[in-house]
Amino acid sequence: MTHLSVDIQKHVGELQITAEFESDVGGITALHGRSGAGKTSIVNMIAGLDTPDSGRITLGGQVLFDSDKGINLPPHLRRIGYVFQEDRLFPHLTVRRNLLYGASRASHSDTVLNFDDVVDMLGIASLLDRQPHHLSGGEKQRVAIGRALLSGPEILLMDEPLVNLDMERRGEILPFIEKLRDATGIPVLYVSHATEEIIRLADIVVMISEGKSVAVGPVEDVMSRLDLRPLTGRYEAGAVLNVRVGEYNLDDGLSSLNFAGGALLVPQVDAPIGHDLRVRVRARDVSIALTPPHGISILNVFPGKILDMAETGTAQMDVLIDIALPGGIEPCPLWARITRRSATELKLETGLVVHALIKAVAIDRHSLGQ
Amino acid sequence: MISDIEIEVLRLSLKIAGWAVLCSLPFAIGISFLLSRRQFPGRFVLDGIVHLPLVIPPVAVGYILLLVLGRQGLVGSWLYEVFGVTLVFSWQGAAVAAAVMAFPLMVRAIRLSLDSVDQKIEAAAQTLGASPLRVFLTITLPLITPGILTGTVLAFARALGEFGATITFVSNIAGETRTLPIALYTLLQAPGSEDAALRIVGISIALALLALLASELLARRVARRLTGEPS
Repeated sequence: MTHLSVDIQKHVGELQITAEFESDVGGITALHGRSGAGKTSIVNMIAGLDTPDSGRITLGGQVLFDSDKGINLPPHLRRIGYVFQEDRLFPHLTVRRNLLYGASRASHSDTVLNFDDVVDMLGIASLLDRQPHHLSGGEKQRVAIGRALLSGPEILLMDEPLVNLDMERRGEILPFIEKLRDATGIPVLYVSHATEEIIRLADIVVMISEGKSVAVGPVEDVMSRLDLRPLTGRYEAGAVLNVRVGEYNLDDGLSSLNFAGGALLVPQVDAPIGHDLRVRVRARDVSIALTPPHGISILNVFPGKILDMAETGTAQMDVLIDIALPGGIEPCPLWARITRRSATELKLETGLVVHALIKAVAIDRHSLGQ
Repeated sequence: MISDIEIEVLRLSLKIAGWAVLCSLPFAIGISFLLSRRQFPGRFVLDGIVHLPLVIPPVAVGYILLLVLGRQGLVGSWLYEVFGVTLVFSWQGAAVAAAVMAFPLMVRAIRLSLDSVDQKIEAAAQTLGASPLRVFLTITLPLITPGILTGTVLAFARALGEFGATITFVSNIAGETRTLPIALYTLLQAPGSEDAALRIVGISIALALLALLASELLARRVARRLTGEPS
């Protein structure tokens, strides 16, 4: 596994960047935070396109930057692939020559990927002889990913690679990013402010706020933490459940996802039975009932105990419910966002046993991560 | 249709302008790069010196060249002693005068095109393992080809028309330094040569039009190659 260790400081205008995190997982580590939080500056410093005021960056045992020892490796000597927000393809070269631009470095690298494999994986075989000018935004970004992969990187930096694409194109690229993580084994540092992308792609999340790394941990922990709620985004706030794909009911088109709280019924999931997935359940898609409801359209009802309650606005509050099955070893937290009036009328309080209701149709493919 | 003397003048003009442009191009690219991409003390001074020929009288430039590169001049005496080269009164000297006068136009065009190159693309090339030299040769240079072409044509046209600095520095010697404009001037000094003078004017115009046409065709080809779009 390639170990990346970052401990850097830099003044960028008004922003004081203080980033400190390590990543030695093979999967996707996400730098998550609002726009302007300093995420791009941090990856630029890792790539060597920008120089920290002080600190140290190492990758796989090699020191890329060390202010104390006066080490600052230029970008072309760092084995780092970089996919930018903009595609940054070379306009005067064909797609093929764009893809092969970094091949000379790749030939000295341990992580040599086969040209045809990468082209097939990204579905760009038919574009090889075209000029970048003639490609759609999604195609350009796929070529940019391929170009970075074929340069023999030890780690791939992706700085909001979807931000300049429309919704449809994003849906077109996301599966390729999942595929490259599974197929190439090259670790990815993925920058995004979009919760949806983080849930779907990330294994580890590094939360960035005002230039500082404020939390590091597995995505289901970080994204479910109440204290990080202002950073993860109010609208998107919710819990992340680790589930395993269970049976699929042909008659009504529902898949059942098994997890520590039981079985969650959702519209058909495009993954084989036994596959492990992450499901994000937004707090605003969860309701609370004191008794098991009857005569109601909601399919998913989970009994649980209230662990915590917090006001999140003048009229609403978030309620944390542990819906783990009896005898479960670990708690299975779920967030519900309800009005303050409901909380008062139901006399909700910590320790009370309630029923959490989740609409099956609230879980769509955007809520799923592999 | 065209006299031997006219052909001689034309060939000499093309030779002088051609060498002037060819030899100054690498320097123009280098200085444009410095001015566009590097911050260093004395940048404004360099910028000023490069542009000086554009704003001071050409005759003054010729006189300065004479002072510096003449047989008694600081550089000129050295050139003579070490290489036995004399620039004064020679076509090489005329090429130097033309190059100095055309230099700012060339630098301006190339620098403008360097400024418009997206440096993010160069950064992307670096992250793919390309050294700064490779980035310059494989990314920057191809992308500024239109600017180099424009600069070259402008400089070539300016060199063809160069008069003041040339006549001051290398004088008016038939077959050696008598270029189109100097030949025209000579004819205008002699009474009864209006027709011959008009013919020189005609040749100059034809030459200029040809150069413009050639550059336009080339620029289109380059643009097609850069964007893949017929323009």
